[in-house]
Amino acid sequence: MIALDPVIMFFLLGLVAGLLRSELRLPTAVYELVSMLLLLAIGLKGGVELAKQPLSYLLPQVFAVLALGLALPLLAYPVLRHVGRLMRADAASIAAHYGSVSVGTYAVAAAWFTTQQISFEAHMPLLLAVMEIPAILVGIVLARGLRGQLRVRNTAHEVFLGKGIVLLIGGLLIGWAAGPEGVVSIKPLFFDLFKGILALFLLEMGLITATQFGSLRQHGVFLVLFGIGMPLVSSVIGTWLGWTLGLSIGGTAILATLAASASYIAVPAAMRISVPEANPTLSLAASLGVTFPFNILLGIPVYYACAVWAHAVLGT
Amino acid sequence: MQKHMRKLLTIVAEAALESHLVRDLDQLGAKGYTISDARGKGRHGVRSSAWDASSNIRIEVVCEPDLADVIAGHLQAHYYDDYAMITYLTDVAVLRPDKF
Repeated sequence: MIALDPVIMFFLLGLVAGLLRSELRLPTAVYELVSMLLLLAIGLKGGVELAKQPLSYLLPQVFAVLALGLALPLLAYPVLRHVGRLMRADAASIAAHYGSVSVGTYAVAAAWFTTQQISFEAHMPLLLAVMEIPAILVGIVLARGLRGQLRVRNTAHEVFLGKGIVLLIGGLLIGWAAGPEGVVSIKPLFFDLFKGILALFLLEMGLITATQFGSLRQHGVFLVLFGIGMPLVSSVIGTWLGWTLGLSIGGTAILATLAASASYIAVPAAMRISVPEANPTLSLAASLGVTFPFNILLGIPVYYACAVWAHAVLGT
Repeated sequence: MQKHMRKLLTIVAEAALESHLVRDLDQLGAKGYTISDARGKGRHGVRSSAWDASSNIRIEVVCEPDLADVIAGHLQAHYYDDYAMITYLTDVAVLRPDKF
């Protein structure tokens, strides 16, 4: 039962405190520091492993995950547009959120797998970084059309130089260059304290999630159903892809979790600049108000069970 | 002590726009500006500054009245439709007119 993990209890504490309108509030600078530490720690951990893997092993996975990031928003968009009857810009923006990934969800999954002693490929942070980006581009094209004026420089700046990508890729490169011995000196801050940092991060995420519930009430049942249905469908695709790529059971479950997670940092920032007419309240209510809590409370064990089942039925 | 009248243009907007607004101000010819973090409530709901997507900034520009009008017009044309933003103008007295 994942809810027994203390980091999840911190999330619930934040959620309850937020719903009861407690004065509790993490100072903005602290939240920023905590999210920076998480991104760097995840990047460093992946980077150390990258040094051990041959490029020929990694490249097919990178391309497969790029394709997954392109495909998921294309799958979500028609549902949002025609079933949800959302405006084009809103549908495109939400689709982009669901094609991209949530670092917070990945961190919870990685922590849970480690506690349960389930091993997974340690280069997953590379796939996490790769999967952040393509959905943003698909979202912009869905909103603007291919012939629309793409403000290429602005968009590229938002997409590739957002702080999430810079820290994640930066961590990967530092970890890769420093190698396992090199990172020993910074291990106490980034690796030993990881779960404590994650707990603080989730406390604030609980508070933020609570603020999304108000807009969920206004925007209704469709967003809730989409926010639960979409990650379930995406996780099945992620599971299939993980199995096809020959990942371990743990790796398959992590890839399913990545596919199921919805962005709430990189994509909102990019959409705000590139598709300004899309209402950010809608996409954040779905990704933060529904999908994030669903994934960390229920989704991750379900995706793991799904990966176990897939490997048993399809063969490893 | 001689005082000179200038306009104080105050912009409260989403923090996501900061780099764009700064670029616009430079291009339109503002000689300087002051930016601070802000939070509050308006038509787009409570902007609590708890995290990136709910952060606001306040930009203050002291300049000639004509330039203040140009900047306000530019902001209205480019940002009012899609972003959380307000602007207002105040008369202020400054001591060093060449600075503004």
